Amino acid sequence: MSGERPPEREHGLHLLLQMLRVRRFEERCVELYSAAKIRGFMHLCIGEEAVAVGVMEALQPEDAVVATYREHGHALVRGVSAAAVMAEMYGKLEGCSRGRGGSMHLFDAATRFCGGNAIVGGGLPLAVGLALADKLQGHKRVTACFFGDGAVAEGEFHESMNLAALWRLPVLFCCENNLYAMGTRIERYESETNLALKAASYEIPAWSVDGMDVLAVEDAARKAAAEVRAGGAPCFLELRTYRFRAHSMYDPDLYRPKEEIERWKQHDPISALTAQLREGGVLRDGDIEELERSVAEEIEAAIGFAEAGTLEPVEDLERFVYSEGPAA
Amino acid sequence: MSASATVTVSYREAIRESIRESMLADQRVFLMGEDVGAYGGCFGVSKGLLEEFGPERIRDAPLSESAFVGAGIGAAMGGMRPIVEVMTINFCLLALDQIIDNAATITHMSGGQFQIPLVIRMTTGAGRQVAAQHSHSLEGWLAHIPGLKLLAPATLADARGMLAPALADPNPVLIFEHGSLYNVEGELPADAGAVDIEHAAIRRAGGDVTIVAYGGTLTTALAAADELAAGGIEAEVIDLRVLRPLDDAAVIESVTRTHRAVIVDEGWRSGSLAAEVSARIMEQAFYELDSPVARVCSAEVPMPYPRHLEQAALPQASTVVAEVQRMARASG
Repeated sequence: MSGERPPEREHGLHLLLQMLRVRRFEERCVELYSAAKIRGFMHLCIGEEAVAVGVMEALQPEDAVVATYREHGHALVRGVSAAAVMAEMYGKLEGCSRGRGGSMHLFDAATRFCGGNAIVGGGLPLAVGLALADKLQGHKRVTACFFGDGAVAEGEFHESMNLAALWRLPVLFCCENNLYAMGTRIERYESETNLALKAASYEIPAWSVDGMDVLAVEDAARKAAAEVRAGGAPCFLELRTYRFRAHSMYDPDLYRPKEEIERWKQHDPISALTAQLREGGVLRDGDIEELERSVAEEIEAAIGFAEAGTLEPVEDLERFVYSEGPAA
Repeated sequence: MSASATVTVSYREAIRESIRESMLADQRVFLMGEDVGAYGGCFGVSKGLLEEFGPERIRDAPLSESAFVGAGIGAAMGGMRPIVEVMTINFCLLALDQIIDNAATITHMSGGQFQIPLVIRMTTGAGRQVAAQHSHSLEGWLAHIPGLKLLAPATLADARGMLAPALADPNPVLIFEHGSLYNVEGELPADAGAVDIEHAAIRRAGGDVTIVAYGGTLTTALAAADELAAGGIEAEVIDLRVLRPLDDAAVIESVTRTHRAVIVDEGWRSGSLAAEVSARIMEQAFYELDSPVARVCSAEVPMPYPRHLEQAALPQASTVVAEVQRMARASG
């Protein structure tokens, strides 16, 4: 294990806060979508918060993150401000991608958040390249690459596993296995459903982790990230999780039984951590209320920021098709 | 060395020297692709570079076009200056997601936060009897994509000089090397270096007709111009050089003087670069024309293997000559 864990209470409340930030942010996004403030595709990670929160604990500011189109949580936890993410969802100039990307394409150079990538599997080669750049420049950095179970069926997954292992590149592959590639259950599209085994077949150290348990995710991610950083070679985490809501706002969610969803809700990562902290005697009266209050405040401020934001002038439509700056 | 000293080089050697020079000048530059190292490049371009620069900077990649092109994009985002070699343009189809959805898109999609200073080199074109999966000219397709810059070196000077400015550009630049040109030899100034990568060039001056060509068809256009000259027609030959963004002004300026234009394009006619150039001439110089714009393109078939059919499918100088003569007769 790398690094000292902060005290249990402080750290536990920190993890809870991070998960609550993501949960409440997305719940507000649903309302704002219904109110037509947010449009286009929107994919929620409600139920999966422990994955982003646990993994980000293992990263340093100089590390890079490559994410998917279901990346609000990853961006928030990585340190992109809720205001900048919300303004992006509103399509406002003040958004983290200048309003150009929307929900699926959050970018933030300052935190090395290299995008929500909305082509399934498309982010993996990018992560391999970012790690290659770090290796060639002698940086001891990690590139965390998030992708879903559906990506494992793409050729780019296999090409990227091979390339990262062959060239010993410092990528932490984080497979968020929520059992469904959009509406198709994993048994119906994978001949081998043990996804860690697939990575292991490329000689990549791989672990399957309970993705509903934020402490388990954090432990596994710290261990794997330390190995990636020290050895300069990839590791793979299969994070077994579940999304409580539909694939996107367009999805009527008809392909999975209600009982299955209810069963998984019994493992809600926020309730689970809350119960754990309570049982451990570290949660005090008023803690949850205080967390909720600060989260609500942050989100309302973010919405206020987005509402007050400006629209990019239409004359700027073609800006940034080509980079405006001199080469860095 | 005197400024007037020249050396005899091949197109292949000119490109190799440009890679060498860029790698010596900038530690961030590296070459990555299939068989670029131990084999020396499938067209021999990178021969000797592995020995000089080592396997970290001359990286043999697995047959994973999508992954290593994507890795080039990621490495460019991460501060490197990758040169990615894709064996042929047909193989780049396996990496189109990365080229179009990432390389061409990320700068705009991120509101200008990320640059993609990447060069992708690939071979294009027919003429070597390698049939329908190694011969096509798909540059026109890629020229459709905003966010990319496309270069087609047709001369030794461009083969030698386009890479350095392409690497200095903060955007993804695709360089198309026509397979029939690698063995072409000629003289270059010993101190030949960077060239401009923004403008088309007049390769032969003339006042009677403008022949627009690029890459492999420049040779065809120049041969046609020679033949026309023997018959008293002086053709101006324009080498587009840059396929995106197109240098409209150079073409329009020439057509304004010659009042006739023929476009020679190894791509298929439908939805081609030739179609684009033709449309721009019509939009910007319609009233200057004495005759409709003509196009000489590849026949609309997958490239056949036997030589006689391949040649029948490709733009020929004789066809260009016939088009110009027909035009001259029709418009007096």
